[in-house]
Amino acid sequence: MAELSGKYLVGVYDDDDTVLHAVPKLRKAGVKIKEVYSPFPIHGLDEALGHPRTRIGIAAFMFGVTGCCVALTLMIWTMGIDWPMIVGGKDPISIPNYIPITFELTVLFTAFGMVTTFFISNGLGPGAHFHPRFDLRSTDNKFVMAIDLGRNSMSEDEISRALKDSGAEEVNIKQF
Amino acid sequence: MASAHSIPSIEERFEFTSGAKRNLIIGGGVGIALIILGAYLAANGGGGHEAAAHGAEAAAAVGHGAAEHGAAGHEAAAATGHHEANWVTRIWANLWVNGVYFTGMAVVGMFFISYNYLAQAGWSAVFKRVPEALPAFLPITGVVMLLTFFFGGHDLFHWTHEGLYEVGGPEYDPIIAGKRGFLNTPFFVFRLVFYFVVWYGMWRVIRNLSLKEDEIGGTEFYEKSIRFGTAFLVVFGVTSSTSAWDFVMSIDTHWFSTMFGWYTLASWHVAGLAVITLTIVMLRERGYLRAVNSSHLRDLGKFVFAFSIFWTYVWFAQFLLIYYANLPEETIYFLERFRGHDGFFKAPFFITLFLNFFFPFLVLMTRDAKYTHSILKVACWSVIIGHYMDFYTNIMPGTLGSSAGFGPLEWGFFLLFICAFGYSIASQLEKANLIPRNHPMLEESLHHDIA
Repeated sequence: MAELSGKYLVGVYDDDDTVLHAVPKLRKAGVKIKEVYSPFPIHGLDEALGHPRTRIGIAAFMFGVTGCCVALTLMIWTMGIDWPMIVGGKDPISIPNYIPITFELTVLFTAFGMVTTFFISNGLGPGAHFHPRFDLRSTDNKFVMAIDLGRNSMSEDEISRALKDSGAEEVNIKQF
Repeated sequence: MASAHSIPSIEERFEFTSGAKRNLIIGGGVGIALIILGAYLAANGGGGHEAAAHGAEAAAAVGHGAAEHGAAGHEAAAATGHHEANWVTRIWANLWVNGVYFTGMAVVGMFFISYNYLAQAGWSAVFKRVPEALPAFLPITGVVMLLTFFFGGHDLFHWTHEGLYEVGGPEYDPIIAGKRGFLNTPFFVFRLVFYFVVWYGMWRVIRNLSLKEDEIGGTEFYEKSIRFGTAFLVVFGVTSSTSAWDFVMSIDTHWFSTMFGWYTLASWHVAGLAVITLTIVMLRERGYLRAVNSSHLRDLGKFVFAFSIFWTYVWFAQFLLIYYANLPEETIYFLERFRGHDGFFKAPFFITLFLNFFFPFLVLMTRDAKYTHSILKVACWSVIIGHYMDFYTNIMPGTLGSSAGFGPLEWGFFLLFICAFGYSIASQLEKANLIPRNHPMLEESLHHDIA
């Protein structure tokens, strides 16, 4: 994720239920919400925010197929073609023997690939800045809603009032 | 917490319409017609691939070092001895395959309820009546299997032959004689009856608790069901393995696999899950179980998906160990299915793998597929037919061997059993409200949401 810049309005909520109900209300009023940060997952929040569905499953499948192909190619090439070896009286190329390793590499590639994809697409990982810095209390006991003023046509006052109406206990301004 | 909370009551009665009854009866009738046709063809030497010369097959069997393999060799010898009785044996074998398979699917209904109670699962409460309906079929398969054993046991089970146990006799087999403490007719019949009595009896108790909960309410029945379900899991943990040895593994008397109990349980389980899912989808298509939402369906789809992989895992674990260790007394099992009997069982062997693994794996992989009715139906049918093929491949080579076939007789028996099973499920569903009343987890189940 690109470095954050600009001016943000940050609504701080005390209760997960309040924030869950605030989201559709604000969106209906025309406020574009950037993200909601919560100490724990809230059921139904993703749909309420209208986030598009993750495509990590597709990535996972691709990584899995890659791992499967890499494993089979590696074993068939090394054991069967480049230096044919007979192990346990089996043919040099004996697919049943290869299945466990093929399975392991499929899982390994899928797992590592998914974690890497996730880190890259979320700007996480080594060297990344600490991300949820709109309000540090979102890692503790508060629910924090970030609104990018640059992407909203409504005025700062209007949004601030809407946030307060929807149950926010504080509204702060954060400039990056 | 739940005390002050009222549990929603949804009135929903399943009606087993006369049209549905007629269709199932017609299906069963077609099955019987196919059986008669198949038996006629088999009796006249036209069914299956038994027309092939027996001498050649016997030679082939010996050719791959199967001299010590008891069952196939013996059956082949018996087959040449009284060829005209082959089609009768084939009927017994078919009854046995379907008996074992449908027993498994029926008892898995009880298994499903039990582990859901043990886990105090909330999500499954809304469709609980469907798995609850399956075990009602147990008495029928029980009687079928018992009768098959009494009348056809001698043809199906090599170990029932008395000569094997006469020390010094021409047929004496020290390996099978060593198994006599377990594999003898009185103990076998006792176990066979014991399984059915215990499984069915425990199901009756849990079913009665469930029906009483509908009328009276309160958490007392729920608590009792948890204890009872847990007891069943302990019982089933042992009996699922021993019944797999008895029903399937003992046919190839010399052969053994320590994976076999798991393997058969995995097979039964995924087939039972497919039946549960298919029944729910079919009920929804007829306008029932509207309270079952896409999250329930996705979880059921995941169950079928995951346990078809689990079955493959157990199947492969058994295969790989035998393949790699390469011990003659173990590899004979797969050799017989690969090369024995003119390679007749090679096709069902690979069809089993395709229908039970590759097809559901690829079809049910995406998220949307798991709640799409049409895809779920196709995947469930694939698993249901696939595991029939699984039991077919496990049972037929040791019982019929070279005189096995896959024709009208096999289709007919499968059709007859599946129609009878469907009839039994539908009549059970009719007996109670489709959505359980007063179930403490019902509210949670109605709001099941996995996003």
